Amino acid sequence: MFRHVSTGKTRNKLLGGAATMLLGALAIVPSAQATEELNALVWCDHTDPALIAPFEKKYDVKVNLKEYEGTGAGLSIIEQSRAGDWDVMVIDGVDVHRAVDMGILAEIPADALPTADLFPEVVMADNNMVDGKTYAVTEKFGYNTISFDKTKVDPKDMEDMSVIWSDKYAGRIAVYDYYLPVIGLVGLGLDIDTADLGADDMPAIKEKLFAMKKASKQVGEVVSSQTALATGEVDILVGGGEWITAVLSEDKPNLDWVIPKQGGLRWAQSIAVMKDSEKPDLALKFVQYILSPEGQARLATSSCYWGMPANAKAGANLTDAQKSALRWDDQEGYLANSQLYPIPDADLDAQMQDAWVEMLQQ
Amino acid sequence: MASATLETRENRRAWGFVTPALLWTVAFFVIPFIVMAAISLATRKGRELVMAWNLDNYIAFFEKAHLLKGLFVSLEITFTVTLISVVLAYPLAWIIAERIPQKWQRMALIMAILPFWTSYVVRSYSWLLVLAKNGVINNTLMHIGLIAEPLELASTRSATVIGFVHFFVMLLTLTIYANLVQMPPNYRRAAADLGANGFQVFWHVVLPLTLPGIMVGAFLTFVLCIGDYITPQILGGNNELALPQIIMLQLGRRADFPMAATLSIILMVVVTLAYIACARWLKMERT
Repeated sequence: MFRHVSTGKTRNKLLGGAATMLLGALAIVPSAQATEELNALVWCDHTDPALIAPFEKKYDVKVNLKEYEGTGAGLSIIEQSRAGDWDVMVIDGVDVHRAVDMGILAEIPADALPTADLFPEVVMADNNMVDGKTYAVTEKFGYNTISFDKTKVDPKDMEDMSVIWSDKYAGRIAVYDYYLPVIGLVGLGLDIDTADLGADDMPAIKEKLFAMKKASKQVGEVVSSQTALATGEVDILVGGGEWITAVLSEDKPNLDWVIPKQGGLRWAQSIAVMKDSEKPDLALKFVQYILSPEGQARLATSSCYWGMPANAKAGANLTDAQKSALRWDDQEGYLANSQLYPIPDADLDAQMQDAWVEMLQQ
Repeated sequence: MASATLETRENRRAWGFVTPALLWTVAFFVIPFIVMAAISLATRKGRELVMAWNLDNYIAFFEKAHLLKGLFVSLEITFTVTLISVVLAYPLAWIIAERIPQKWQRMALIMAILPFWTSYVVRSYSWLLVLAKNGVINNTLMHIGLIAEPLELASTRSATVIGFVHFFVMLLTLTIYANLVQMPPNYRRAAADLGANGFQVFWHVVLPLTLPGIMVGAFLTFVLCIGDYITPQILGGNNELALPQIIMLQLGRRADFPMAATLSIILMVVVTLAYIACARWLKMERT
């Protein structure tokens, strides 16, 4: 008599076969995927699903996001990509000309943008336009200054830039790992305007950078800097600002920031359509969404970091608590006491980067 | 005549077996290496790549102290990690091979290699939490009253070394264990019969016979450690830069491919020198 016995191996084969058939069946079922894709090279604040999902839903599109920090890194990614790989790019406002010179940005029709709704100080036509043509538009701005834990340091001390290279808080300082704003801040501490910063100033700046490194505990990118301040690993963050503390305002009310008496650096990020984009219309719609009051409010309070929206009408979409964390009502004074990032030429940029690596190796 | 034909046929078969691997090596190692070597002789002018065919980047590496220091930082970290890992892995491998019953050895090995199952990045960040000012170690030491103020453990070279050692001890344990279990027990018995004490048996018999396992593991540790970017970046707090971090800076921030290629070639030269030093134990030398 035969008895049918299903051995372990037989069962495994059967299960394997069933799984293969199931996968095959799934492969031929029409998927609910978006019909189009948009590739955006962005800063980390754009990776918040709360910001991107409404656009994806409205236009039935999948937005592929690649995050980067620092224009050099962004341009490096583009140089390693093929033409047409990217549709949209977020870029430092002061570097738009650099990107236009490289021929990677497309002209944006001026009437397609809500320029009249932007805070006048951040329209930055000199930066976003070349030869009368608009290539980018400011979407968000804020300040690189000094963030600190007000329960652990004397807030009065933070009003003087020289505190960052003094010994008073040695070992309790983190430095944001982006050479341009921090070198700009050190320059301001030495009474050098960012627009005037040149190669002759580098020896003095290096000396202060090295002193600052000696007093610091770590030099890190956005997340590690924010984590270090939030967890109490450090008490001061050089290069920080509302973009570091505002997002933590509910959980960490002890964190604060200040623009020192010497001034602070103003960062402004612009958004642009790539020249070789194969979907320029969709790319422009994305830019328009980001610049809309709804998009601006979501971008301003993005999970990665908060910052002031460029569009003044976004205020209607923000809560009082959010506006308070962003210090909406203090912007006039801040704008007056802040300068844009330095815009070095290639040689000065190389010198700055060498100085930065030298500082890291101290 | 017949033997010549047979030889030719066998030669063809041998080439047939070797050719795919040879093509693979040429396509994915030799050609990229030649391209990288050529780019290292170019120069970056602004954002343009100029094929200048000079040694400026190599000269700059030796002239710029902060670049040269990257190599020394890498070497110091790598030698420290390799040494500590060997010292910790040897007794661990010995215990697994000699003191744990054979039926439990497989389980012990699985436990030993468990850290390999976690993402390398996650493991590094986990160490950051353990070593932080208010992390597990500092909290424990303060709780039991051994220290009053938290120790500065995170964002230091020590943190980088700890992160590396955690990983490489497991690798070395495997290579040394493999050597230990292959060693016939008669060798030790014979040495003991001839009057050697425990230490003498270890020093004159066991250690020399397990040296290949140590050297293979040490070489792998050296190669993987000196080329690693993630651990020093996460745990070192950017307080000093190892050579791979400087290479990443050239690529990520400056798009300076010639300098990145130069530094990569220098790194390869260092690894090649390490290989030559270990070749005797890696059993790859021509005799």
